[in-house]
Amino acid sequence: MSIPAGWQIDIGLEIHAQLNTRSKIFSGASTLFGQPPNSQACAIDLGMPGVLPSVNAEVFKKAVQFGLSIGARINQESRFDRKNYFYPDLPKGYQITQMDHPIVLGGEITIQTSDATDKIIRITRAHLEEDAGKSVHDFKPGHTGIDLNRAGTPLLEIVSEPDIKNAAEAVAYAKAIHQLLTYLEVCDGNMAEGSLRFDANISVRRQDAETLGTRSEIKNLNSFRFLEQAIHFETERQISVLEAGGTLIQDTRLFDPDRHETRSMRSKETATDYRYFPEPDLLPVLLTAEFIEEIQAQLPELPGTRAQRYQTMHELSASDAVLLSQDRRLGDYFDEVLTFSGNAKSAANWVRGDLLSKLNEHELGIAACPISPKHLGEMIQLIDQGVISGKIAKEVFAALWSKQTESAGDYVEKNQLEQVSDASAIEPLIDALIAENPKQAADLRAGKDKLLGFFVGKVMQATQGKANPKQVNDLIRQKLSKA
Amino acid sequence: MNDLVNETTLVELSTLAALPLEPGKSKATLDALNEVLALVGQMQSLDVANVRPLAHPLERHQSLRADSVTETINPSALSQNAPLYEASLYFVPKVIE
Repeated sequence: MSIPAGWQIDIGLEIHAQLNTRSKIFSGASTLFGQPPNSQACAIDLGMPGVLPSVNAEVFKKAVQFGLSIGARINQESRFDRKNYFYPDLPKGYQITQMDHPIVLGGEITIQTSDATDKIIRITRAHLEEDAGKSVHDFKPGHTGIDLNRAGTPLLEIVSEPDIKNAAEAVAYAKAIHQLLTYLEVCDGNMAEGSLRFDANISVRRQDAETLGTRSEIKNLNSFRFLEQAIHFETERQISVLEAGGTLIQDTRLFDPDRHETRSMRSKETATDYRYFPEPDLLPVLLTAEFIEEIQAQLPELPGTRAQRYQTMHELSASDAVLLSQDRRLGDYFDEVLTFSGNAKSAANWVRGDLLSKLNEHELGIAACPISPKHLGEMIQLIDQGVISGKIAKEVFAALWSKQTESAGDYVEKNQLEQVSDASAIEPLIDALIAENPKQAADLRAGKDKLLGFFVGKVMQATQGKANPKQVNDLIRQKLSKA
Repeated sequence: MNDLVNETTLVELSTLAALPLEPGKSKATLDALNEVLALVGQMQSLDVANVRPLAHPLERHQSLRADSVTETINPSALSQNAPLYEASLYFVPKVIE
């Protein structure tokens, strides 16, 4: 959808990322997904009288990792507050969150716009809080079931400035955050399980208007597609109301993907509606400079820096560099293949081509890859050393994949697959072929270069792929130029 | 200072809070509530413009715990005071979004 002439859109996203800790943010209950209802909600998660929260250190570590990765300021002292609201999936009647002193302040993410230019999206803040439980509808007539397993799961809420100007940018930004969180391994990024959810604050204004329009907040979008669709429908709605001379009210809306519309849930709450106050059960959290420095030191090479390294140090194409650096494990795998093979271009071709297509075919992640980077690297080295041809390498790769062998070298030796590089063994074959195919030989000599492939193919066939194609090429040319 | 809570408001609060008033205790409850509110009024009249808000009465920092699962959960015990608990779910009157 293009934006109607004379209008502009302002979008800010609030992204709720579940941090992948073993236990909850304020209790020692497990965060494992998919367990029987209420089997992972302890007395603290249920808000039983007399219980006290205790803070999980790991959530701070993960939040700091994220903050440092976006160039944000880390608040050494952060505090928790109570956000009061009544809903059955929040048994305490308040959510413990960070209102005035969040752990992360500022920072930015770079996205690529549709015209392939870089754009910076500023991040306002990221704060820690607890997730609520889940409502189960349609189980018992007239009732709503409550499963509190999710209550207390740690969330990092990442709030952006309204720098996003259309649905495509919103999706690019959401994907960039998703990639960074999974790359850092602080969130599993599983959208189907609700590990990442978006709230979109959307407003429209006339092209020449200087102040932002009245915004609506679309809650709980759980896929990139829904995020994109919701923005389309909501901007269309707001523009049509204003063009008809109407006024908008600030509200919170739900997206209905079946009916292609957003529906008002309630007029928008302001901070005062939530009666925030400092959480009396928790003291302020102080992180030492050493704690933050240690996390900084352990931070992995980030995707952008990694892609740049691949391009500048290893001369990979931009698309190879981006693809190999978007997933941390894949990048680590590639780096190891590179170490063992010493050939970046070839390592990139094998990982991006044969390896990724095999992994996709078997629906496997790189962590479950049956070929170790060492063995793939050694195989590439055998090609570069002229021990095996590219054609034979495909066979060796298949053997490594199916675990017929652990070592490319052993497999080649055992099956006598070494490339025939001895000219004296190949020359008689070429002589015979020229004799058997005089017309093609004459045509090739006359300049029909396409026929070179015919002769090379015949030699490769005769040697069961073991001849060195480049050497065969050279020998055929030599023979024909002499004749 | 005029009383902020009167008999009618008290009955309304009692209904909303689902806390029945004991017969004969209305007057005492009413007085107690109004005393609390009067204290709040007194606190609000203080000039605190130059006083840094107190985040916590204890001038200490929170200790953090290691990320490990330490709770053993017994849903049937925890659900004992729930008005309606079936098929491992707590049930409430239908929530309309």
